[in-house]
Amino acid sequence: MARTTSSDAQALFHSLRSAYTSTPTSLKIIDLYVCFAVFTAIIQVVYMAVVGSFPFNSFLSGVLSCVGTAVLAVCLRIQVNKENKEFKDLAPERAFADFVLCNLVLHLVIMNFLG
Amino acid sequence: MARSLEGFLVLIVAALVYSSAVASVFQPISDSHRSVALELFTPLEGSFSSLAETYEALRTFEVLGIDKKTDINTAACQSVLETLGSSSSALKDLFYALKVNGILKCEIKKDVFEGVTSSLQATVSSAGALLDFYYSVGGLVIIKDQTSKDDLYLADAEGVFGSIKALSQSDGRWRYNSNNPESSTFAAGLALQALADVVSLSSSEIDQSLIGATKNDILKLFDSIEKYDDGTFYFDEKLVDTHEHQGPLSTTSSVVRGLTAFAAVTSGSLNLPSGKILGLARFLLGIGIPGDAKDLFNQVDSLASLESNLVAIPLILSLPATVLSLTKKDSVKVKVNTVLGSNAPPLTVKLVGVFRSGSKDTSLVEGQELKFNPESAVYALDALPKSVDVGKYTFVFEMVLHDPDHLNLYATGGQTQIPIFVTGLVKVDSAEIAVLDSDLGSTETKKIDLSGENTVSLSANHLQKLRLSFQLSTSLGHAFKPHQAILKLTHESKVEHSFVVGSSGKHFEINLDFLGLVEKFFYLSGKYNVQLTVGDAVMENSFLKAIGHLDLDLPEPPEKAAQPPPQLLDQKLRYGPKAEITHIFRVPEKLPPKELSHAFLGLTLLPLLGFLIGLLHLGVNLKNFPSSSVPAMFAVLFHLGIAAVLLLYALFWLKWDLFTTLKALGFLGAFLMFVGHRILSHLASISSKLKSA
Repeated sequence: MARTTSSDAQALFHSLRSAYTSTPTSLKIIDLYVCFAVFTAIIQVVYMAVVGSFPFNSFLSGVLSCVGTAVLAVCLRIQVNKENKEFKDLAPERAFADFVLCNLVLHLVIMNFLG
Repeated sequence: MARSLEGFLVLIVAALVYSSAVASVFQPISDSHRSVALELFTPLEGSFSSLAETYEALRTFEVLGIDKKTDINTAACQSVLETLGSSSSALKDLFYALKVNGILKCEIKKDVFEGVTSSLQATVSSAGALLDFYYSVGGLVIIKDQTSKDDLYLADAEGVFGSIKALSQSDGRWRYNSNNPESSTFAAGLALQALADVVSLSSSEIDQSLIGATKNDILKLFDSIEKYDDGTFYFDEKLVDTHEHQGPLSTTSSVVRGLTAFAAVTSGSLNLPSGKILGLARFLLGIGIPGDAKDLFNQVDSLASLESNLVAIPLILSLPATVLSLTKKDSVKVKVNTVLGSNAPPLTVKLVGVFRSGSKDTSLVEGQELKFNPESAVYALDALPKSVDVGKYTFVFEMVLHDPDHLNLYATGGQTQIPIFVTGLVKVDSAEIAVLDSDLGSTETKKIDLSGENTVSLSANHLQKLRLSFQLSTSLGHAFKPHQAILKLTHESKVEHSFVVGSSGKHFEINLDFLGLVEKFFYLSGKYNVQLTVGDAVMENSFLKAIGHLDLDLPEPPEKAAQPPPQLLDQKLRYGPKAEITHIFRVPEKLPPKELSHAFLGLTLLPLLGFLIGLLHLGVNLKNFPSSSVPAMFAVLFHLGIAAVLLLYALFWLKWDLFTTLKALGFLGAFLMFVGHRILSHLASISSKLKSA
């Protein structure tokens, strides 16, 4: 039973990886970017857990900046993905423009909140 | 304690008597003015700061009869010579130099005077402003007096008179020059002085219609005179915010100088009411002794011009003492002097009436004539009128001049009212203190002698009453109601209670019902010291006496009874320095060690590094970057624009506020939209071409 599970898991991972290699490079970049943002956020949360939340607005803006960009990047990924039929008619350039605009607005708010 | 309190009481009484007495008693110039003048006009290292100040000092000394000339002589004459000899001296300095010389009589050569005379005459003929006329004509008059040059005349005296007169206003005030619409009372005084000088410099008679018009101006000026309740008159500027504001004293003294100078050179009466001249003199004397050199000069100089003026010489009725004691049998003494303190012409002083202050009833005495003592120049009434008792009175005096010709020369102002305090001993009789039962059955009554020492000891409980009674009567047997009649009970713990003793006629009585006072006494049983105060300004035997003590037995306090107020331990503690105030500031938040924060800063950079390595791993390239020049330029601009916006955000965080940031962001955003749209649509068109291909 245990063997089957581990081999099944191995098979599952293998298939996932082979499926992922076929993903376009642009989507991989976005994935990488999302990971980068999430990890930065995690490090800040750890810092908060170790030190305390004294300049709380600074902590919030730091974490929300990361999480916000990550969410926006995910949205971009959804729109850019060619498999996604829903956004078939949407040009990726248009999606990128949205992404840039949203990021600028988000960071304006973040900067205002940073103190 | 009691002794010091008594002393304090006497002080208050003295202050009261003094303050109410000076209110409308005017004393002529006296020796105290002389000593103050010497103090105020002290030259610094032998000389004054300006010629004007030198003149003010010399003139004040001259009027007061102080001989200080030798001290000031050398330095002042030196300065006079320099000013008169120099051709560039200001007109004002020339004027004051001549005035100083008029008093000091420095040795000045004839040709110097001639030079000054010709320059002053040139100024007069070209002058247009009031001050120019005042200084130049005034200077010429002084030169004429000093050099006894009888041929010194103004070429066109009537013309000069006319041009000064042209500056006058319809209300009797004057303008400083024809361009300035503001008129001033102070300037009117200067103008009258200048006009008087012009008249004395005129070779022929000035047209009487001009003189008449000026007299009319003076009458109109006196319509604007201001008045206090005690019969003093003064002039004041109507406009307070003029360039060089003059106070009531300098304004009044300017008008007085001008008026007397003008009256001296013109013939015929001015028809001014003599009461107003007397009122002006009273105003000038009512100031007392000024603490300022300029004020003292103004007061003394204008009083000197009133002393021998041709309008009306004010006579001042004054009393050496306005507090008269019945026990010392003081007599009413009255002095009549001119303003500078010289003796008055023969006259009779009558005591017309004596009124109790506050009541307007009939006079207590008939008209009585005061006896004149020629040696001391004092008018005296041997004894106070019999009907005058202890109290505050208003005495009304009247001066009657003997010589009917003097009536037009002197201003006596009719009747003069003077407040007088009559003090005396007040009899204190039949004083007794008693403790009564509530049914009015007296348990113990003790007589007390309020003129001597008393040590009465009483005891009472809360169901009993304390009664204190005494009688006050004046030496004439009238009832007397003092300012203060206060009974004070002081507990051992220094808690004090004061009660006002009420009166009906001569009889003073107070009843303390302890049942109603238990709460006020804070249920404090024990020994109370009893003290009685009777005091008044006119009562010579005002007293504060300890009567004895009272043992009071009060019930136990209920639970919710009020606590006696905390007693102030010491006057020093009350008024001494308070404890220092220490401020508590907000404690700063605990911050982590710097190393830890820096380590985490490095850690947050790690994912970025990972991101870049990942990018390299994926084999990212910039092959899609447009190669042709125009789109490449747009692409570069697009990225630069984003960088600029991020830089703007950094600036916002570091020092700008939201509004500046948003303004800049508006422009940057528009630019970014434009280039972004261009580059992205270009990329889109390429990809769509690829697709269709």
